[in-house]
Amino acid sequence: MIRTEHLFLLAGLFFVAIAVASLPDRSNPRRVWNAAFWGLLGASFLFGSYLSDFANGLIALGLVVVGGILRLGRSSPKTTSEAERAERARRRGNWIFVPALMVPAAALCGTLLLKGVTVGGVLLFETRSITLLSLLLGVVLALSVMMVWTRPPLSAPVQEGRRLMDAVGWAAILPQMLACLGAIFAVAGVGEQVGSLFEMFLNPDSRLLVVMCYCLGMAVFTIIMGNAFAAFPVMTAAIGLPLIVHVHGGDPVIMAAIGMLAGFCGTLMTPMAANFNLVPAALLELKDRYGVIRAQIPTALPLLAGNTLLMYLLVFR
Amino acid sequence: MWVLIGVGVVLVGFALRMNPLLVVAVATGATGWTAGLSPFELIAAFGKAFKDTREVSAIWIVLALIGVLEREGLQARARQLIESMRGATAGRVLMTYFPVRMITSALGLTALGGHAQMVRPLVAPMTEAAAKRSVGATRDDEVCEAVREDARAHAAAADNIGLFFGEDIFIAIGSILLMRGFLAQYGIDVEPLQLSVWAIPTAILALLIHGFRLWRLDRRLARMQQQAGEGK
Repeated sequence: MIRTEHLFLLAGLFFVAIAVASLPDRSNPRRVWNAAFWGLLGASFLFGSYLSDFANGLIALGLVVVGGILRLGRSSPKTTSEAERAERARRRGNWIFVPALMVPAAALCGTLLLKGVTVGGVLLFETRSITLLSLLLGVVLALSVMMVWTRPPLSAPVQEGRRLMDAVGWAAILPQMLACLGAIFAVAGVGEQVGSLFEMFLNPDSRLLVVMCYCLGMAVFTIIMGNAFAAFPVMTAAIGLPLIVHVHGGDPVIMAAIGMLAGFCGTLMTPMAANFNLVPAALLELKDRYGVIRAQIPTALPLLAGNTLLMYLLVFR
Repeated sequence: MWVLIGVGVVLVGFALRMNPLLVVAVATGATGWTAGLSPFELIAAFGKAFKDTREVSAIWIVLALIGVLEREGLQARARQLIESMRGATAGRVLMTYFPVRMITSALGLTALGGHAQMVRPLVAPMTEAAAKRSVGATRDDEVCEAVREDARAHAAAADNIGLFFGEDIFIAIGSILLMRGFLAQYGIDVEPLQLSVWAIPTAILALLIHGFRLWRLDRRLARMQQQAGEGK
């Protein structure tokens, strides 16, 4: 059976290879820290499952120190020039899109077709993360196609991967770090505290005010936590169910559905949702770290207002 | 009330644009401390959460492929393709991608898009090529850079907005299951389909609002070209 553990092994080897390739790169004065960072991340993938929680914590702390204080540099591995790329693109035509589209195609086919498939009584893929597993299977397939068809140097996947990983830099582990923060927030009961703050300042008699508080609260809380899933149980237990449903007789289904989407408006506006907002800014090499958020706010705010209005009009049917 | 100190750290840290890794680590430490965890317990809790969420970072393997594809001319081809289409503008490129992203997400096919797999190799270069052509490729570097930043940020935004407001229409997505589970705790039983149907009005609204903004993006780029023409 192909399990998440195999995926971790592959990812671990990829990061360790990047670390090893970083060391001799004289174009990067901070190459030692780049090597340390990707090496630690590789170690977390390779050995994390076998280490104690405390040892894993030390690795995570090491990543913060190297990435946040000692700082990574930008490498410039040898790659093709703009002119070479344009020439190759012209020569090969649209065939280059085929391996690129193999990845989403594999994710799609794997999720739809391979779920629950057994070979000799053994499950082929672990069901829990089947989309990710089939997506990465697609990566391996497409990479094999590229290596045979275009014949780049054998080190190309590592060196080109390193070029892009260094462009992403410390932001690569930020989504994971924020997930950790969320876990500690949950242990400490931050959600309940914020919920009780909202209750303190709310007049429960006005329908419009209650709906506005719920939608706005979903958005604000999502901005703080970076995730509408964390905001939903807190705000719905604090305002949604007691006031909209029980006091004013609103429909719980409509309240929940539109309330969650009000939270999603918050996700568009917060750096805490790193994998949607900060990581693409790094990946697209934007000068402004908050560039994606800036592009989203003018859509998110009217949409939040629209959601509030929709809920007000629909929920008290 | 003291456990909210972590929230304060995050707000101040992001506002001052300090390194987010550091901000998050300090916020985690402060929250754990006010919750009464010892340093040893705190590091262990941090480590366990970090280990359990590794799946999030495994996606980066895709960059090995994207890097090789770029080296062999994928982005260049995406640009050439757009340059060969006469009517292609930045807004129209995104107005094609954005609804497709939304509809495929609504069908549960969220893995079809994404920033590493689709936006960086294809959508962003196409948008950028179209935007630069609208403004006129001969402009000075400053304008060129502003247009590039704008086009790329909008490409990422279209992917996010299409995903968020499309995926909730699909009945087996995490958020629908979360809502259903939560309501069931309070004795309210609902079918996933009931929840997903009520995501449709917001999806239409998102399509209208963001579509309008993409139309305005094209107008803005066209105006920049006009001003350039008058300046000469």
